[in-house]
Amino acid sequence: MAEHTRVLIVGSGPAGLTAAIYSARAQLSPLVIEGEPSSTTDQPGGQLMLTTDVENFPGFPEAISGPDLMMKMREQAIRFGADLRVEKVHKLDTTQRPFRAWLGGDVEPSITADAVILATGARSLMLNVPGEERYLSHGLSTCATCDGFFFRGQDIAVVGGGDSALEEALFLTRFASTVTVIHRRDSLRASKIMQERAFAHEKIRFEWNTQVTEVFGDDKVMGLKVRDTLTEDERVLLVTGVFVAIGHVPNTTLVTDQVDLEHNGYVRTTMGSFTNIEGLFAAGDVQDDVYRQAVTSAGSGCIAAIDAERWLEAQGM
Amino acid sequence: MSENITTLTDATFDEVIGSSDKPILVDFWADWCGPCKMIAPILEEFATEQSDKFAIGKLDVDANVATATKFSVMSIPTLLLFKDGEVIARLVGAKPKGALLQEITSNL
Repeated sequence: MAEHTRVLIVGSGPAGLTAAIYSARAQLSPLVIEGEPSSTTDQPGGQLMLTTDVENFPGFPEAISGPDLMMKMREQAIRFGADLRVEKVHKLDTTQRPFRAWLGGDVEPSITADAVILATGARSLMLNVPGEERYLSHGLSTCATCDGFFFRGQDIAVVGGGDSALEEALFLTRFASTVTVIHRRDSLRASKIMQERAFAHEKIRFEWNTQVTEVFGDDKVMGLKVRDTLTEDERVLLVTGVFVAIGHVPNTTLVTDQVDLEHNGYVRTTMGSFTNIEGLFAAGDVQDDVYRQAVTSAGSGCIAAIDAERWLEAQGM
Repeated sequence: MSENITTLTDATFDEVIGSSDKPILVDFWADWCGPCKMIAPILEEFATEQSDKFAIGKLDVDANVATATKFSVMSIPTLLLFKDGEVIARLVGAKPKGALLQEITSNL
């Protein structure tokens, strides 16, 4: 017999845990399948587990570390009775009700749910160039806060032009001699405040209109082959570390063939958190390619919990 | 932290590794590392459940740069499994409990 829950929350970043806090306080005893430890994908706690200081989450004037913030959200969800489990949903069937979920190792679905809040977030995009996979953890990283420490006194590169790329670049100046930001356009997508900080930093320089074509080295990274996007000229940049921060893709694998997605692959939501499937709600980065902040993600988790609660009530469930 | 887990430093590392009568799994970690926090509770569980198979040590890379450098640790968490003073396995990155245990025991 599968275990039944009224609300199943998949994911445990700010969206999933805020949804858990609200659903728990609404006496819905939500079950949260948090995900499994990983350094690269949909780990428990979400993308904030891979960050350092969060300076823009209201209520923390002195900043709080990403992992600490997530620990606090987790404690808060548990305090109100949410059932959190460090496991991963491998398959979700939303074509029949109650919905069914398979956890790792399940042959038969072990969970059934009246409503599901999908809060699986997003993960880092990779460059998909030769050498990238070979040098992952050997000089190539997607997590400056995890690995930056090991690049003391070295010349390193950050690939990307958004806020995350500049945050990583600024963080890495604590350790590295120089940080080269490689961006394929001639202007940045990042916020003005981050741009100003980066432009003003003596250790940071920019390579504009530049695309990485290969990561090379011996047993560790020695450099990058890059191409000028205007002239097509090829060059080599000698760096011993590369941090990839070129954007994110939503973690939609569980629902790809079941739910309506936007053209860019994010889950389509309307009127708050409603998807096209009744009883399936989506919150956080899996349905947001615009704001992608801890606080907006938490807000959307709250919206999904309220939507789900009212929907369940309207169904008489 | 479990009393079954040994805190290692640059000063004590060689002695503890050299004198361990069981294989010893060393967790290279730091306070600012989120993925390290994810696997910390798993290592606590191993310290009790697997104590007959291997011992567990932790090394804070922030405070013990020499040892981290000596073993070319460039990404954390890194788990190194030592047997008779030699590294017999290197696991990089946070992984689920089952996957970690399987990688460790397959090398014992």
